[in-house]
Amino acid sequence: MSEPLLTTPLHAAHIAAGARMVPFGGYDMPVQYRDGVLKEHLWTREHAGAFDVSHMGPAFLILNHKTGDGEADHRAVSALIEPLVCGDIAGLKPGQLRYTLLLNDQGGMIDDLMIGRPLRADRQGMLYIVVNAGTKVGDFALIQTAAGDKAALNRADDRGLIALQGPEAASVMSAILPEAAELGFMQFRRVEHRGYGLVLARCGYTGEDGFEVLVPPEIADTFWNRLLADERVRPIGLGARDSLRLEAGLPLYGHDADETVSPLQANLGFAISKRRLAAQDFPGAARAAAEKAGALMRVRVGLKVLQGAPAREGAQIADSGGAVIGVVTSGGFAPSLSAPIAMGFVPPALSNPGTALQVLVRGKAQPAEVVALPFVPHRYARKTQDRKG
Amino acid sequence: MRFTKDHEWISLDGDIATVGVTAYAADQLGDVVFVELPDAGKTVAVSDGLAVVESVKAASDVYAPVAGEVVEANAALSDTPETVNQDPEGAGWFVKLKLSDPSQLDALMDRAAYETYLGTL
Repeated sequence: MSEPLLTTPLHAAHIAAGARMVPFGGYDMPVQYRDGVLKEHLWTREHAGAFDVSHMGPAFLILNHKTGDGEADHRAVSALIEPLVCGDIAGLKPGQLRYTLLLNDQGGMIDDLMIGRPLRADRQGMLYIVVNAGTKVGDFALIQTAAGDKAALNRADDRGLIALQGPEAASVMSAILPEAAELGFMQFRRVEHRGYGLVLARCGYTGEDGFEVLVPPEIADTFWNRLLADERVRPIGLGARDSLRLEAGLPLYGHDADETVSPLQANLGFAISKRRLAAQDFPGAARAAAEKAGALMRVRVGLKVLQGAPAREGAQIADSGGAVIGVVTSGGFAPSLSAPIAMGFVPPALSNPGTALQVLVRGKAQPAEVVALPFVPHRYARKTQDRKG
Repeated sequence: MRFTKDHEWISLDGDIATVGVTAYAADQLGDVVFVELPDAGKTVAVSDGLAVVESVKAASDVYAPVAGEVVEANAALSDTPETVNQDPEGAGWFVKLKLSDPSQLDALMDRAAYETYLGTL
């Protein structure tokens, strides 16, 4: 017996657009539209793609008693969630988003997530949080338990969450929400749109510049259609979302990471705050310190499959002598490279770019090579200290 | 030409059958990016794995609709797998089989029966 699938506020729009629907994270979601995965992928890299990511878990953690001192209130709400994650939340600047990791006591990944600090002085003491669809119920319970009676976690996953990604995303979004032009990569703010409050963030999971917008359910459909009315925008399904994030070298939770995988194994060491590592004040901090010192058993790498079929999740990785040394956790055909690529875990000694390995696909050994991630360069619109004008 | 419920087509010339996937199958698979074909000389029984078709998203097995020996695989598909989408029932053929028992074709659908079957899906 399986639970009936949930739907997002854009479900009817997907059906009307001829989407092929599949179950994903408990939701009935579009895997592709009429263009198909290959064309949708390439469209996003060249123009702008609109993605329904409403199945994910946006929420707001809000202090029950604010002092009115913005800095103090931010420190107070950060102190509630920092014991669960390895990132520096207290140190976020107003309007800044950070990618961080929810960890268990063994230092394994429960989820990866975004946490943001509101821009406005009168909204301090609140955090904007977005977790993954398949893990959100457990994540939300953990966060609320950690917050106790000091803060309330208000779920916002009844709303529409729409991503717009690609080199023309900024131009398209600025025409609808002018504030978009003011945001740099990993910045967000609340904006007013036709009397509704929206959360506009410059981020995404394709490696391209772009945005994620949280919109009230009653206008989700209208906002989605407004984006699609621009000829530079096409709807993009989960199939291309997966191939885009794979080319961008970004891990997918449940595939490239799970509760046994540590941040350093996942090659996400950048997500561990220096302050937090020095203070050893997050779950699995001792493991992180030991792994940084060399006690790393395996590490996520990128692989280019030099010949043969795509190596998909579960395919074994062998060294040049044929001994199995790892496993593929994500893999497929990269439309932007016209070649099969994969990510997987290998021992650190075999993790340097250029290392010759093999992938075993349906019993056949095919040559592969470790390559630096990302496979396709990121094109984020960073705004910090840009002196070129 | 004969058809299977797994959306393969078989075209017979003497005792050599050319096998491919139908336009319906090609559409369902999406953009084909890789086709794994058997080597000449391989013998297959009905329902043995004959080929693997890969789209961006997934790998799909193609099973032998009839028994026989592979006499030729379509080498052009290694460089241009998209031919499967462009001309599935022509240049996008997969293999030529020397049939063990040509009467096995009698159990398969003709085009009219296959079209009717598609209408039930």
